Amino acid sequence: MPIEFENNLPVKSGLYDPQFEHDSCGVAFIAHIKGERSHSIVRDALEALENMDHRGACGCEPNTGDGAGIMTGIPDKLMRDEAQRLFKTELPADGKYAIAQVFLPRDEKDRQTCKALLEKNCREQKMKVFGWRPVPTDSKGADIGPTALSREPVIEQLFVAAGEKVDRTTFCRQLYIARKSTFHAVRRSDVKEKSFYYVASFSSRVITYKGQLTAGQVPLYFKDLQDVRYASHLAMVHSRFSTNTFPSWERAQPMRFMSHNGEINTLRGNINWMMAREGQLESELFGDELQKLRPITDLSTSDSGVFDNVLELLLLGGRSLPEAVMMMIPEAWQNHESMSDTKRAFYEYFSCMMEPWDGPASVVFTDGRYIGAVLDRNGLRPSRYYLTTDDRVIMASEVGVIDVEPAKVREKGRLQPGRMFLVDFEAGRLIPDEEIKQEIATHRPYASWLRNQRIELKELSVPPDAHSFTPETLLARTQAFGFTGETLQFMLIPLVNEKRDPIGSMGNDSSLAVLSDQPRLIYDYFKQLFAQVTNPPIDSIREEVIMSLECYIGPEKNLLTTTEEHCHRLLVPHPILSNEELAAVKHLDHRGWKSKTIDITWPRVEGKEGLKPALEKICQEAEQAIADGFSLVVLSDRNAGPDRIAISALLAIGAVHHHLIRQAKRTQIGLVIETGEAREVHHHCLLVGFGADAINPYLAFESLWQAQREGLLPADYDDHKITHAYLKAVAKGMLKVMSKMGISTLQSYKGAQIFEAVGLNSDVVDLCFRGTASRLQGVGLEVLAEEAVRRHEIGYPQRGQSRLPVLPNPGEFHWRAEGERHMWDPQSISELQVAARTGDADAYWRFANHTNEQSTKLCTLRGLLKFKTKDGQGIPIAEVEPASEIVKRFCTGAMSYGSISAEAHESLAIAMNRIGGKSNTGEGGEDPERFKRLPNGDSKRSAIKQVASGRFGVTINYLTNADELQIKMAQGAKPGEGGELPGHKVDEVIARTRYSTPGVGLISPPPHHDIYSIEDLKQLIHDLKNANPSSRVSVKLVSEVGVGTIASGVAKAYADHILISGDSGGTGASPITSIKHAGLPWELGIAETHQTLVMNDLRSRVTLQTDGQIKTGRDVVIGAILGAEEIGFATAPLITMGCIMMRKCHLNTCPVGIATQDPVLRQKFQGKPEHVVNYLFMVAEEARQIMASLGVRTFNELIGRVDFLEPETAITHWKAKGLDLSPILAPAQKSNPDVGVYRTKGQDHGLEKALDNELITRCRKAIEKREKVSFEVPIHNINRTVGTTLSHEIARRWGEELLPDNTIHIKFNGSAGQSFGAFLAKGVTLEIEGDANDYVGKGLSGGRIIVYPSRFSPFIPEDNILVGNVCLYGATSGQAFFRGRAAERFCVRNSGAKTVIEGVGDHGCEYMTGGRVVILGETGRNFAAGMSGGIAYVWDVKKTFLARCNLGTVGLERVESDQDIGELYNLLTLHHAYTKSTVALHILERWPESVVEFVKVMPTDYKRVLQERARHDEEVEARVHGVSAKG
Amino acid sequence: MGKPTGFKEIPRKTVPYRDAGERLNDYYEIFTEPPEEHLRKQGARCMDCGVPFCQSATGCPIDNLIPEWNDLVYNGRWREALDRLHKTNNFPEFTGRVCPAPCEGACVLGITDPPVTIKNIENAIIDRAFSEGWVKASPPPTRTGKRVAVIGSGPAGLSAAAQLNKAGHNVTVFERADRIGGLLMYGIPNMKLDKGVVERRLNILREEGVEFVVNADVGNQESPNYVDPKKLHDEYDAVLLATGATRPNDLPIPGRGLDGVHFAMQFLTGNTKSMLDSQHADEKYISAKDLDVVVIGGGDTGTDCIGTSLRHGCKSLVNFELLPKPPDERAADNPWPQWPRIYRADYGHQEAAHKWGDDPRVYCIMSKEFVGDENGRVAGIRTIQVEWVKDHQGKWKLNELPDTDKFWPAQLVLLAMGFKGPEQYLIESLGVTADPRTNYQATFGQYATSVPKVYACGDCRRGQSLVVWAINEGRGAARQIDIFLMGSSDLPAPG
Repeated sequence: MPIEFENNLPVKSGLYDPQFEHDSCGVAFIAHIKGERSHSIVRDALEALENMDHRGACGCEPNTGDGAGIMTGIPDKLMRDEAQRLFKTELPADGKYAIAQVFLPRDEKDRQTCKALLEKNCREQKMKVFGWRPVPTDSKGADIGPTALSREPVIEQLFVAAGEKVDRTTFCRQLYIARKSTFHAVRRSDVKEKSFYYVASFSSRVITYKGQLTAGQVPLYFKDLQDVRYASHLAMVHSRFSTNTFPSWERAQPMRFMSHNGEINTLRGNINWMMAREGQLESELFGDELQKLRPITDLSTSDSGVFDNVLELLLLGGRSLPEAVMMMIPEAWQNHESMSDTKRAFYEYFSCMMEPWDGPASVVFTDGRYIGAVLDRNGLRPSRYYLTTDDRVIMASEVGVIDVEPAKVREKGRLQPGRMFLVDFEAGRLIPDEEIKQEIATHRPYASWLRNQRIELKELSVPPDAHSFTPETLLARTQAFGFTGETLQFMLIPLVNEKRDPIGSMGNDSSLAVLSDQPRLIYDYFKQLFAQVTNPPIDSIREEVIMSLECYIGPEKNLLTTTEEHCHRLLVPHPILSNEELAAVKHLDHRGWKSKTIDITWPRVEGKEGLKPALEKICQEAEQAIADGFSLVVLSDRNAGPDRIAISALLAIGAVHHHLIRQAKRTQIGLVIETGEAREVHHHCLLVGFGADAINPYLAFESLWQAQREGLLPADYDDHKITHAYLKAVAKGMLKVMSKMGISTLQSYKGAQIFEAVGLNSDVVDLCFRGTASRLQGVGLEVLAEEAVRRHEIGYPQRGQSRLPVLPNPGEFHWRAEGERHMWDPQSISELQVAARTGDADAYWRFANHTNEQSTKLCTLRGLLKFKTKDGQGIPIAEVEPASEIVKRFCTGAMSYGSISAEAHESLAIAMNRIGGKSNTGEGGEDPERFKRLPNGDSKRSAIKQVASGRFGVTINYLTNADELQIKMAQGAKPGEGGELPGHKVDEVIARTRYSTPGVGLISPPPHHDIYSIEDLKQLIHDLKNANPSSRVSVKLVSEVGVGTIASGVAKAYADHILISGDSGGTGASPITSIKHAGLPWELGIAETHQTLVMNDLRSRVTLQTDGQIKTGRDVVIGAILGAEEIGFATAPLITMGCIMMRKCHLNTCPVGIATQDPVLRQKFQGKPEHVVNYLFMVAEEARQIMASLGVRTFNELIGRVDFLEPETAITHWKAKGLDLSPILAPAQKSNPDVGVYRTKGQDHGLEKALDNELITRCRKAIEKREKVSFEVPIHNINRTVGTTLSHEIARRWGEELLPDNTIHIKFNGSAGQSFGAFLAKGVTLEIEGDANDYVGKGLSGGRIIVYPSRFSPFIPEDNILVGNVCLYGATSGQAFFRGRAAERFCVRNSGAKTVIEGVGDHGCEYMTGGRVVILGETGRNFAAGMSGGIAYVWDVKKTFLARCNLGTVGLERVESDQDIGELYNLLTLHHAYTKSTVALHILERWPESVVEFVKVMPTDYKRVLQERARHDEEVEARVHGVSAKG
Repeated sequence: MGKPTGFKEIPRKTVPYRDAGERLNDYYEIFTEPPEEHLRKQGARCMDCGVPFCQSATGCPIDNLIPEWNDLVYNGRWREALDRLHKTNNFPEFTGRVCPAPCEGACVLGITDPPVTIKNIENAIIDRAFSEGWVKASPPPTRTGKRVAVIGSGPAGLSAAAQLNKAGHNVTVFERADRIGGLLMYGIPNMKLDKGVVERRLNILREEGVEFVVNADVGNQESPNYVDPKKLHDEYDAVLLATGATRPNDLPIPGRGLDGVHFAMQFLTGNTKSMLDSQHADEKYISAKDLDVVVIGGGDTGTDCIGTSLRHGCKSLVNFELLPKPPDERAADNPWPQWPRIYRADYGHQEAAHKWGDDPRVYCIMSKEFVGDENGRVAGIRTIQVEWVKDHQGKWKLNELPDTDKFWPAQLVLLAMGFKGPEQYLIESLGVTADPRTNYQATFGQYATSVPKVYACGDCRRGQSLVVWAINEGRGAARQIDIFLMGSSDLPAPG
């Protein structure tokens, strides 16, 4: 079946949906600060582009790239000559003419239509049209791949001149209007190939050459670029890494004003808000022509494209480029400890106008006059620059992208989080961040405007009786709003007691809301989306400095003007309002503001038919409120009672919010909710995510107040304190949910709709949740109304006598006999245990039949499918491949040693090794002792070694002893989150395997700090492949909408294996919100992934695996049919070993000795490897039976055979009957019949190109005979991961012992590529004269790294950036010395390396658990966040350190003890010896006076443990002495 | 919930019975009243399981919310514990005393440690509730006007009546005996279930509006107290049969007709009635005083016969059991969470052991003949030893062992070998269909018999079983009847 396209992407089919495409990339620019034009700038930029090729990607064909391009100033000479040649005319002066770079249809007629339209619109703007120049391109010479060629447009340039006396900015606006109106006209026209029409640039200053090319193809394809007359003062280049491989020429970057590396997480919200704002746009500059621009945002483009659309509007609407960029990507100003008041006021003022476009971003922007770059508030993308002595600036994602003579480098720097870098060509200089912002911030009196106009909650008057507590009717009301015993037990009470979102354990095994018999709240139909791979989640706790919940609400003004009244808005510091605050808002009559309360209940007598008209009514009322001049609307369900049913607050807010967006009126009013329904963090997130400005959850408050009176909360809590605790906990929980998606401000989370619905039909979605994915359809308003009626009935039964005196307990969290269905119920657990222990096939079948039946009784999506067999299809079972072959495809889940006991962990490993399957270490490292075979032939070695964000125990030896290295991007039970192992669980052995200190707690960060985007993942895959070339590299993803697209990006990043986990996977500890509400079922994920990979012809390169509550042979076969070659099991094997789903893993009280480290409880462990073996073989036998009935002999033949499945037709369930499973069962589309549907070939990792091949050859003697070797070689940024395969070779031969110190010594000259010295083994010293990129020494495993600048560079080393981001991440031992500064996140999660450096960026030593860090210079903000071990010594001569250190887990001390002083002295001496550091020399020369200038950063936990240990040692000493004295 | 580490720190301790030597002298309840601290501690042992097997198919048949009230007791929230308890169980004071507690057999803690003392805690909650005066009649605020007749006032009939009344129907309960309660009144001796406890609950039901008719032998035309079932069927909107399984299994061996060979129920009923009527002064009961007693059958009824005989002052006592002695710990084919088939000493056995030093039970023994004296009274029993072996199909088979004849002197023989089905006269008079086991035929969960508007629940439908199963079915039948009468029901019911 051929693939159909629309807007240059395949149309939505099956589970593939083009709106989830992502991209990321490398970006660079070179410019001459004085604006001097030259061809060499262009040439150099193209070289840089090629040298960042590894950051881009290509798909199934090596010669079809994802897109690359260059933007330069208009090459006046070339164009002037061309105009002369073609149009026989002299162009007007530079700046008075403009060139449009236009992609056109290939069809002659279509092309002429488009061209005519553009010409016409230009003329309408009073321009003079010279004519069209065909752009010389050479697809043959550039060897463009067939996929790209299939959509190659015709590219031509239109030359125009400005009308008479038109000034420059007017001309720009005219160009903009002409371009926009033509675009809309083409879209409306009947041009067949309209999607080919695209204007890459239309400017009097700049021009963009781009296309679906690889970096190297750009200059070959566009011959202009090779012309020496092509001269420019600036050149911006971009190399794209897209998750898809579909031809899409216009998505290549640069965009018209910018290039973007990163991703905009809040895009959906930003787009909606922009649509809403269009209703209020007015501009003197545009006048009536503003109409022609609408819609402003082009929804068919990428996130970067939309960003560009808005940037352009702001710019041409009269703002300066830096101001527009600051509006869209503000710094993290809310919690900034040292920001000036004027700058803060500027940001605050503009936050009244627009929400941040949040996400990891390095944006390079130019309008020809300025070129600049800005980094997102958290600095999640790398940006490094050189300034040269000949006035050039070279900025790129990496250093070393072009060769620069060291002697010419004046300065080496990097862009800092939230900071801007700007070159003003007219002024001919580089303007520092402070200066630009100071200038812009003082441009208008923002601070006094805010003072005059801002309304604060606390200034509103609170009416009497605002507290509002009515215990008499409480029970009925809570029942009617669906509160249960569990609501209080598991959610509300812990929320207040622990002041955070409550924790639970094990996976979610209960029914999906749409499959449940219970009336479920509509919130349960939504799953939280989360960041994986293409953008990082954030740590909202440790990186709190960038987070904020503060919002301005109420009417916004025109985006295109800037007046004092723009900040006449209500400041709400926290989205949850207390009853008093709500009452104040409801009675608002203050400074021209009034609020209107709209009742959101409907009469019970109308029954379920009443909901829809009620929704329509409140939408009309809200719109009327705007017309009537109200500033705020309060949607209130306070009227709910015996005779009135509440509309779900979520339906109400969604309906009103989207109604007002459609009317382009949403920004004219604030929407506040007063509801008894919302109580959990998930509820509040949904309400805000779908547009609520503030929420008052009055019934949650009342329930808690009542609970306190009943003694369920501490006696010293009063109502106020409870409310406060609740607010705090919800705030924390909401920040965490936001941060899962990488969003840091509530303002941009609001309306961003970061959710997927499961089981809602499109009528509901279109009405209330427009734009939200709901892939399987499901229930409509009528069923939702029915659920509301049933819930209401519980609180207000028609026959009053049967009211329960207590809240019901439907067993949503813990199984209850009468409650919600769970997959793991007493019968399945006990039958499975009997089967596994005794090998009793009958018991297994009882288990399997019961489980499959439970599954079909509407617990799971797979339960709604059945096998389709025809007569004569079956074959004798003997012809099916044996169970012993099938079990080799089985893996056990990643459960760390630490989360489960050694006994359980080792039993699993032995079992899987016996059957030839694979067990998984989890993220806790593994004791090297287990790599040795046991005398009886068993092995405790886990075949899969996991590499997770904490990098615990990830050494070169660990990596070398693996068959599969699994990068855990996310975990089914808590995608987008990190983890914590509390100190009391870290005993001696766990501490040893994790390279940490016993008793000290450990944190796994939410993101891998070396993966903030897809090209970073590609780099880590490359690193791991280098660390163990014979092991396959796997990437673990969690099912969510768009995971297929992400998986194709991962396949293009050269993963060998991809695991798609379902949402129901287990956990040792995770917020219940996440267990229940994050991620999607694996059926959706694996099917989408398979479909998307086949579509992209990437499927044959990777093995797919799936997991998530897989239990039976039926599950296995369905997994295979939907696309998985391998299957993972986790909970079921634990159950065979005795787990009984206590759900107490997080409490360390597992009574069967599995999820506990308690020695007493561990003795109760009764599991044996044979239990697991028995079980898996029985599963395989069940699978064989099904295979025989389908007539399939081998497992591979099952892959993708969706024709073997059909939906269960007998579904009569009141909710499930609306589901449409056909997207899951859609056959994968193939571009040609030969496309492979399972892994048939490998990835080309390109290891043969690695520099290490040469190093290994030259180090042969050292590797084999431990003889000393030393030599010198040049190095470039394309030499990535240097020293890692060398280290692997050493570990392979010598194991944990590695080599004696300094056996190998290699010196490099130049700029090292990423991951220099990753996992460097003990015995190897690597030295660089030059500089290095990101990830130097990640996972350092005992080796030594020395980096210092070229001796010829004139700059002062300690003031310049030497190495990039995230150096020494997860280092376990070894040394590193840096004569210069590092960028962000130095020594994150270092657990043993000792290092000296001369300054670091933000988040230094985050999560560090061991080692020593000496910093001879300044640190950035948030130093030592979450640091729990090791020591940092900071030379704080400027006394700036205190404000920049996060004191959450550390204390600051003087360096006083002899031990500390000695250690510091030694490190400084070494630093000086290795790097010739003058800073170190200066300090040493003044020793010991200089010691007092150091601050010692000491983790409090670590200190406590060290003291305890010292005391213990003393006691032992005393005892020993005592004994010997007696003896 | 509770104390997360409670199970690790606190050993199981049941509420002790009164001292055997003391309690043998009276018919008062054998139980003692536990101090609150004891219960709190035992409640703390509950692990608040993610999957509470105490509620599973092998656990509590009425799905008692055990983890909830264990926690509430641990936290001293007795009043709320009562609400939770009453949510699933109409008569916790009965089950708390007489239930063998399958919940404890299924308790997850039982995998590695002794289970939580669930039954003790249940009993303590309800006893405390009564003593605090929390258990009060709460008649339905409105009546539906529908009338339901319940035949039989055992635990099934009473729980159904309570539920139907709660739903607003007018319920009349017919009992053929002279006192309400069925098995609760006459089947279980006073020391195990004080009749005051039964009366206390009946009074509540009366206050709530349930009507009781005693001496009403529905369908038994031979009885002087005959009530015509057809009439009931006509007059009431629904009829519920809850007559129990009262036909005892017999032992038709030679000598069965001798005097002194009695069914256990004759013995127990007579004893309780005489005690209630006259504190035994009327002597209208079968006395075991100074007799050699043999109790045949090792179940709960057998135990009750032992306890009663001991209180009469029997001379000696032996308890025959055809099956082998169960193991001390679970056998391999009897894994958790199944009901543990293990050796247990109930109150009667303890008392016998207290008196004579030995457990009175003899296993693998088969009675061959009752031997009479010259007066036609039983004088002893001839027995033979048996062994149990598996045949080639894996079924258990019984072999008599040669040369193991033995004679046991006995002047009183009590047959406690279980029950068949209900009396058959209602089947005939109402025309309801019987199942092959002679029970009223009705599907579990539906409870409708073959006759319109006639329902059946409890032992008369399922065969002899536990009190707690009777409550399960009574509640379930009430819900079905409510649906039948009203079209829908808010009554909770398990299953």
